[in-house]
Amino acid sequence: MQNSLREERFSIETTIVNILIILLMSTGVIFSLVTALGLIRLPDVYTRTHAASKSSTLGVLCVLTATFIHFWLVEGIFNTQMIIAIAFLFITAPVGGHMIGRAAYMSGIKVAEETVRDDMEGALKERKKRLMDNKTTEQ
Amino acid sequence: MMMFYWISLIVVSIGFTGLLFRLVKGPTIADRVVALDAIGISLVSIVALLSLITETEYFLEIILLLSILSFIGTIAFAKFLERGEIFDRNNNR
Repeated sequence: MQNSLREERFSIETTIVNILIILLMSTGVIFSLVTALGLIRLPDVYTRTHAASKSSTLGVLCVLTATFIHFWLVEGIFNTQMIIAIAFLFITAPVGGHMIGRAAYMSGIKVAEETVRDDMEGALKERKKRLMDNKTTEQ
Repeated sequence: MMMFYWISLIVVSIGFTGLLFRLVKGPTIADRVVALDAIGISLVSIVALLSLITETEYFLEIILLLSILSFIGTIAFAKFLERGEIFDRNNNR
């Protein structure tokens, strides 16, 4: 009697863990697909950066969390490198997107025609002027 | 459960081919760098799914390495696009 009870409890635990893994993994996979859709469909470098940094970060975080939970609760391996990788990706992926967007604006790539408002209009001229000033002082 | 992991791997791979399309087509260099960044992140999830399918934990060490390398590559490309050089020795910008 007790043995069968323990087996039943074990199977319930396995089911809960599997449901958790399936939920996290489906979220991550759907967001990865949304990333590809955004990168193909959006009209502009800046909107593409927006798609590539946010949704792909969330997608990969969900997939890595599901992998971590699978290895921890099913196979009994507590992998510390996964936690470090999750934290690292959470910090660095949006930073990379921001750096690419800034570099694209500073190298003079035009915004899309549908853009309503461009807050950084004067920044390019200012930077060019400053670069010229630096060159003259160096000479 | 194994079937679910296979389906997830196939769907992520479909997204990966979409990113490859943007990498090849992209009108400007910045588009290609954005696509490369997203490819690096998508490769991390592909490695995680492969380690789930093959049931080994040894692939998990690649995940941290790939994320670090992808971030460093993105930052190097961004600095190269912005100033034309990766290491700038000019202290007073």
